[in-house]
Amino acid sequence: MSDRPMLEIAALQKRFGETEVLRDINLRVGQGELVFVIGPSGSGKSTMLRCCNRLEEPSGGAIMIDGRNICAGTTRDLNRMRLQVGMVFQGFNLYPHLSVLKNITLAQRKALKRDRAEAEAKAMEMLGRVGLAHKAQAWPAELSGGQQQRVAIARALALDPKVMLFDEPTSALDPELVGSVLKVMKDLRDEGMTMLVVSHEMGFAREAADRVVFMDGGVVVEEGTPEEVFGAPKTERARAFLSRVS
Amino acid sequence: MDRFLETFFNATVMARYLPDILHGVGVTVLLAVAIILAGVAAGLVLACLRTARLRWLNFLIICYADVGRALPPLVVILLFYFGLPNIGITLSGPMVLFVVLSATLAAFAEEIFWAGFTSLPRGQWEAGRATGLGSLQVLVWIALPQAVRLAVPPLVNRALAITKMTALGSVIGVSEILSAATTAQSFSGSASPLTLGALAYLAIFVPFVIFARWLESRFAWKKA
Ligand SMILES: Nc1ncnc2c1ncn2[C@@H]1O[C@H](COP(=O)(O)OP(=O)(O)OP(=O)(O)O)[C@@H](O)[C@H]1O
Ligand SMILES: [Mg+2]
Repeated sequence: MSDRPMLEIAALQKRFGETEVLRDINLRVGQGELVFVIGPSGSGKSTMLRCCNRLEEPSGGAIMIDGRNICAGTTRDLNRMRLQVGMVFQGFNLYPHLSVLKNITLAQRKALKRDRAEAEAKAMEMLGRVGLAHKAQAWPAELSGGQQQRVAIARALALDPKVMLFDEPTSALDPELVGSVLKVMKDLRDEGMTMLVVSHEMGFAREAADRVVFMDGGVVVEEGTPEEVFGAPKTERARAFLSRVS
Repeated sequence: MDRFLETFFNATVMARYLPDILHGVGVTVLLAVAIILAGVAAGLVLACLRTARLRWLNFLIICYADVGRALPPLVVILLFYFGLPNIGITLSGPMVLFVVLSATLAAFAEEIFWAGFTSLPRGQWEAGRATGLGSLQVLVWIALPQAVRLAVPPLVNRALAITKMTALGSVIGVSEILSAATTAQSFSGSASPLTLGALAYLAIFVPFVIFARWLESRFAWKKA
């Protein structure tokens, strides 16, 4: 892990009208690091993640990806920045009118301007990585939730992102399908991807996370290694939360 | 029974006025095709513009859609045909019919496409945006294909209902089917040309309905 953070969130604030959802978030994710975010419902985890590719517009502060402030710049810069930040949603959000292969080639072709052969080769490579090469011609609705989520991961990876954001990627899955998605994420981490993961899979965090961040009320309350945060939480709020979930 | 046949199916009268009715069929089909193309295209453009969520533009589009759906087309047809010449704009009968009916269809089509857009989960737009696609690209490649599939059944029904209103052309002298049939009826004193007219409408619109069914089944796709 190098010193230069791949993703840096500095004094991030987000308000929805009067409600202040993120107060002052500071977070650094180093290159190749997996940072795991936990916190009670409504603490702002999703909002923070969505600010990182500006699906939500930050109200204040800065977000740097590989040293560049993503909050500055034109619409074209924004679209280019989003290519560098892969996002995986709780609800998969595959395009139901396109085959699995087309789901993965669409942005490659229209945003990255890759030609068809290149985009399809890349898509097949990514499908192979998530173990679904045989499903290239299937429709999203023909896949299980776990398979859909792996396709969604392949779709994001096909754009060669520098950072991957995961917002509760396994929360919508039947328990027996969770493992397949977590395995893909673990492989990804082992290959050196920089990852920011919001999830309730504490077991995965213990195994794969470099650091765990506990958020509550729009601030980072505590952060440390999995052993530190899970084993001996320093703050009362983290202790209360962890005793509730585990 | 004879009297019934004599009134509604008088072969001599039918044969005599068949060419007029056929000419009416040509006019009706031409108008119907033009109205559907223009109305659906205009409605689609309006719905797409509305996704840009520009406040004033949306206000205007909503006003247009509401007024266009509320007004009876016959009222507007009469207004345009008899009123506009007074301010120096003279449109032919077929032109008035085309403009009013396609504008009406556009109002309905806009609402139908818009309903399609709004029923897409927000995640579809977000997934597109998150992969670096611009808003126009998301519209064209992700939202539109899905919205169109949702829109086909209601759109077909509405297009049928409105193209049938080409019969209103008979009040402003457009020589479509009904107009040809009523003229023939008053000359011949027999209702048979009207029967012929009804058959002509069936001949046009039954294939249309069958085509619509085919379109609907083709556009249905496996849902999650
Ligand atoms: N678009 C919005 N408009 C207004 N309030 C919002 C909006 N999005 C989120 N919020 C509010 O912001 C707060 C934080 O939401 P967020 O979804 O980030 O929480 P979370 O930590 O992801 O919770 P969960 O674990 O339930 O997913 C919540 O109180 C929510 O109601
Ligand atoms: Mg959330």
